[in-house]
Amino acid sequence: MTTPEATTGAAAAEPRHGLRIFLIWLPLAIIVDLIVWFVWYPHFPPGRMTDQAQGQQFDIAVMTVLSVPVLLFIWVYFAYALIVWRRRPGDEEDATPIHGNTRIQATWITTTAVIVLGLFVFGTVQLIVPAGAGAGEGPSPIWKPHVNQLLKVQVIGQQWAFTYRFPQFGGIETTHLELPIGEEVQFNVTSLDVIHSFWAYQLGVKADANPGVNNVAFAKPQQIGDFTVRCNELCGLWHGAMFNTGKVVSPVSFMAWANGIRDRETRAGVLITLPAYSLTYDPTQITSLGNTLKKVLGITGSPGYYYSPANPVQP
Amino acid sequence: MAIETTPGADQTQPAGGGPTEPGRPRPWWMRPAVHTGLIGAVIGYLFGHWMGNALSPDFSPGGSNYAAALANNFDMPLVLGYVFGTVGWLAGLGVFNDLGRLMLGKPLPDIEHAPEGGLAKYFRYTLDHKVVGIQYLFGMIVYFLTGGLFAMAIRTELLNPTNHIMSSSSYLMVVGEHSTMMMMMMSSVVLGPFGQYFAPLMIGSKRMAFPRLEALGFWLTPPAYVILVSGVLLGGFPTGWTGYAPLSIQSTPGMDTYAMAFGLMGISMILAGFNIIVTYINYRAPGMRWSRLPMFVWSMFTVSFLQVLSVPVLVAGLYMMLMDRAWQTAFFVNQLGGSSYLWQNVFWFFGHPEVYILALPGFGVVAEILPVFCRKPLFAYKVGVAGMFGVALLSWFVWQHHLFVSGINPDMRPLYMLTTELISIPTGFIYLVALGTLWKAKIKFEVPMLFALGMYFNFLIGGVTGVYLSDVPADTTEHGSFFVMGHFHYTIMGGLIFAFFGGIYYWVPKMLGVELNKTLGKIHFWTMFIFFNSTFLPMFFLGMAGMPRRVFEYAKNLQPLNVWASISAYLLAVSMIIFLVNFIWSTLFVRKRAASNPWNARGLEWQVPTPVPPENFEHIPVVLSGPYEYGVKDAPPMADLNPPVGVVAAAYAGAGVEA
Amino acid sequence: MSVPVRVVTLLVAFALVVVGAVFVVAHFVLSNPPTVDYTGAAHNGQVNVVLQEDPQNNSASKPIWVSYYVMKPGANPNSQSSWVHTTLFSVPPNTRVNLTIRGYDGCTPLRNNFWSQVQGTLGNVVALQQFQDTGKSVGPVKVTSIVNSWSGCNVGHTFAIPSLGVFVPVASPNAYNNGNKAGLCGSSPCVSGPFSLESFSFMTPDHTGEFRWQCFVPCGGGYVDGNGGPMQTIGYMTGQMNVVSS
Repeated sequence: MTTPEATTGAAAAEPRHGLRIFLIWLPLAIIVDLIVWFVWYPHFPPGRMTDQAQGQQFDIAVMTVLSVPVLLFIWVYFAYALIVWRRRPGDEEDATPIHGNTRIQATWITTTAVIVLGLFVFGTVQLIVPAGAGAGEGPSPIWKPHVNQLLKVQVIGQQWAFTYRFPQFGGIETTHLELPIGEEVQFNVTSLDVIHSFWAYQLGVKADANPGVNNVAFAKPQQIGDFTVRCNELCGLWHGAMFNTGKVVSPVSFMAWANGIRDRETRAGVLITLPAYSLTYDPTQITSLGNTLKKVLGITGSPGYYYSPANPVQP
Repeated sequence: MAIETTPGADQTQPAGGGPTEPGRPRPWWMRPAVHTGLIGAVIGYLFGHWMGNALSPDFSPGGSNYAAALANNFDMPLVLGYVFGTVGWLAGLGVFNDLGRLMLGKPLPDIEHAPEGGLAKYFRYTLDHKVVGIQYLFGMIVYFLTGGLFAMAIRTELLNPTNHIMSSSSYLMVVGEHSTMMMMMMSSVVLGPFGQYFAPLMIGSKRMAFPRLEALGFWLTPPAYVILVSGVLLGGFPTGWTGYAPLSIQSTPGMDTYAMAFGLMGISMILAGFNIIVTYINYRAPGMRWSRLPMFVWSMFTVSFLQVLSVPVLVAGLYMMLMDRAWQTAFFVNQLGGSSYLWQNVFWFFGHPEVYILALPGFGVVAEILPVFCRKPLFAYKVGVAGMFGVALLSWFVWQHHLFVSGINPDMRPLYMLTTELISIPTGFIYLVALGTLWKAKIKFEVPMLFALGMYFNFLIGGVTGVYLSDVPADTTEHGSFFVMGHFHYTIMGGLIFAFFGGIYYWVPKMLGVELNKTLGKIHFWTMFIFFNSTFLPMFFLGMAGMPRRVFEYAKNLQPLNVWASISAYLLAVSMIIFLVNFIWSTLFVRKRAASNPWNARGLEWQVPTPVPPENFEHIPVVLSGPYEYGVKDAPPMADLNPPVGVVAAAYAGAGVEA
Repeated sequence: MSVPVRVVTLLVAFALVVVGAVFVVAHFVLSNPPTVDYTGAAHNGQVNVVLQEDPQNNSASKPIWVSYYVMKPGANPNSQSSWVHTTLFSVPPNTRVNLTIRGYDGCTPLRNNFWSQVQGTLGNVVALQQFQDTGKSVGPVKVTSIVNSWSGCNVGHTFAIPSLGVFVPVASPNAYNNGNKAGLCGSSPCVSGPFSLESFSFMTPDHTGEFRWQCFVPCGGGYVDGNGGPMQTIGYMTGQMNVVSS
């Protein structure tokens, strides 16, 4: 920050305000930035449980380190201005008219543009590197982890609970999510009715669940622990109560858990009653019901009969 | 169009003294005003309700169209009732009277006839833009405080994550009412009271281009307000102000109140914006070059373009929502070929310019206040104007940042990250202008200046957190959480509402002719500033800690921060009460006459006497210099209010000279 | 206007606003259906709670909505006055709740057949018996861990407390299969008509709190996806189990 030329040729005893502001701002900015990076950064959300969460934590730290000097500069300048340039009692004169200063304006515009464009490049890189950074990428994700094998978990949002299906375990469905550490997980998020959003906070994953759409997100757990899953898109009455928990466990534990559920659901006869695993579901078409579907037609039913059954699906 | 110079025949009745005697105006209760509007509204509602019932198929259990009947049985009477109720309200107010006169070939009454004193004109369809401005001022204060009451209910519910004082559906109703009331109404909170009142004054015009559209724009706001609040009687709507489908299609009839109210307010916004654009282009006084326009005028001008171009998209989306709800179309429902994404995109294509409709007027007001209390010209005026245009233009290209995690095409996200980051450059220009104006100034800490400084402080935090949200990886955690809540409350309430109050303290001496108490004003500022920050700063941390929006249950360890925010919110409400006390006390009881230029400002609106004469200026002024030439030696006054005869005519004869 | 007139106008306006706000809050924001208190009926760490679900209800505003009813503790289920039209009930903490549900409503396929599986009850089973409209039972009590909504006309509604992991499908009365002459119960609260009697038990946690419960069968007829209307209105197909200290 350079000192602007005095445009009115004021008295030489005028203190160099710009330099003063700079000298107050610089040490403050450096100290706070150091505190942010070394003390606060390790505790930043969303934590380090997955590669994606670590990436997000790094992003937030970088942005904080950049925004602290900006905030401090404006605050220091304002405080300085309000103290030093307040009107003294009895002074009814106008101040020196300064209409503009091309150098200052150009410096400002360039600096802000550089910061902003730098953040854009940084953000884009950070989006690609941790395989999409945990965000939902839609049905055709372009930033995927480069592995041969990943664990596929389908997250089904419905009013008002999340359930999870594991196609690699026979299509079992559970209400509680467990994941193995160290393995890339692909979340296929979809909904059966309205828009929900799968937010696994500690995993750094957030993907909206839209009906009829498969929204893909990736995460690779790196720490054992618990995580919470909350619905993040207002979905009706119990949106606020739509949460469950999950755990990241060792691969051995995970296999035991998943196979245990598969056994239990097979024995209870639930597994065969579930629809075939698919990336999206249309609950109005229940093929397994066949002829029985006609019998159970009535005013209620999973389509709700909002639309008359006689309406054509396509015009 | 014949403009008579005597009151029209149907405005008066014969005085009994013969045909040459001027008529007396009819008694107040016989002239169209709010009371006739109410009667019209009731009649219209009853008619519409009956018509909706007649159009809805009967439902008898077991009938062949039982399903269809169930689905739309309740929506049509309500929607048609509201539509005809609004038409009846407007008809009762006399909005269509001039249209009727034109169609019947009768002469129109003179819109510049002798003013009437008293308060009655504020309850009528009055065509004087100053009356409309004051109507807006009182209306906006009422709407703001109603929205604030709903906010108090929200914060009360959030005091405890597991013990609830209201049911979950009541909570969602309250959330929806608060958010829609604020987002809907506050779009006009500066443009209405100050834009309408001061637009002609600041450019040296005697009137607005379309006075009837302007008054109509105001009189659409009471039905919007009443319809929205009536949602409470129907159980409210569960979608919040964003109205996401298919939940909105699934909802009970309270959802229709949202669509109707927002649609009416949208029409009001379109009319107001259109009026301002035409007025600013065509009604500037001679000498009022574009480079001499006050910053407030520029902000109103850019905002009006945003309104005129973006709000029709909202109205179209709401219309589609009503069609889906009342007539079983499938715009937004996947089962029959619609898409839940369609609503999201249509809504946010409007929704993002909408938030700049909210932010830009705030920039304009504080840029207007700052030079007056710094006694310096505005620094880098052209950069400031470029900033406003930059924000307005870029606001069209960023809307997908609300949809980063929703499953949109992933290629699009870096593009929208870029455009959203870019928008901070023109926003930064506003700060460049502020910092430069403060440099070597002589700062006077009057109440309007305090609010302007508060606005800059708050908007900085809001703007910087916006950059956090624009970064897609970080947005994965922040989207839809209380971080976003903190961000937009800082920009909208911390920015716009602080500017609104600054504008009130600055301009009410001119508008209402009374001074507001300075001590109470300063107490209001400090309590509002401290408790505003205390309420919303914790929200960033709550969001980062994993609390989503619009939830009535949250993790137990987040309770202390929530309690802190709730108590601060109650104290923030107390600061609003202080404002109300100041406002009512000063305008109703103390009534200390304000000087016509209490701040010693150069602006054209301060050169007219208080109270402002009905025609604003006796003669069209000739503008001689810009409004910010403080401290410039031998600067001419801003305008010559009594130009020599022939100057104005010459100016108009040399067409195209003063662009 | 003179000062006294202004003062009076101001006070009247203020009073109107306050009265209006209080009225809105009391009637619309804070209003709730009644809570049936079962804390007094608990003995030896157990409490018996009885609910029923009907194809219609006896409210004035929405009579065609399906609805649950809660029985007053210890009352006679065959009398209409024993049933309260609400979905809120309170039980003590650390207690075994023996929940009995009388299903009077017909069948609807689940939107997600996963909820056919009984989860979260003691033994992960329910005891199920069907009754004719005459009150005679059809067959013995069946203890089962699944009531498959997609293999026949089997499931009427469900009862689920997601935060406690309780998910229970409630069987429908198989109205047309069991030799019933008349159809389903036609007037609520139902005391006649065929019904299915389902019992299961679960433990309440040891801390107090409000636990929402809901049905996972989309039975809101005339609403998109069947999940609107009664599904989202407390007092019909969704409610709260309040665990309170007795």
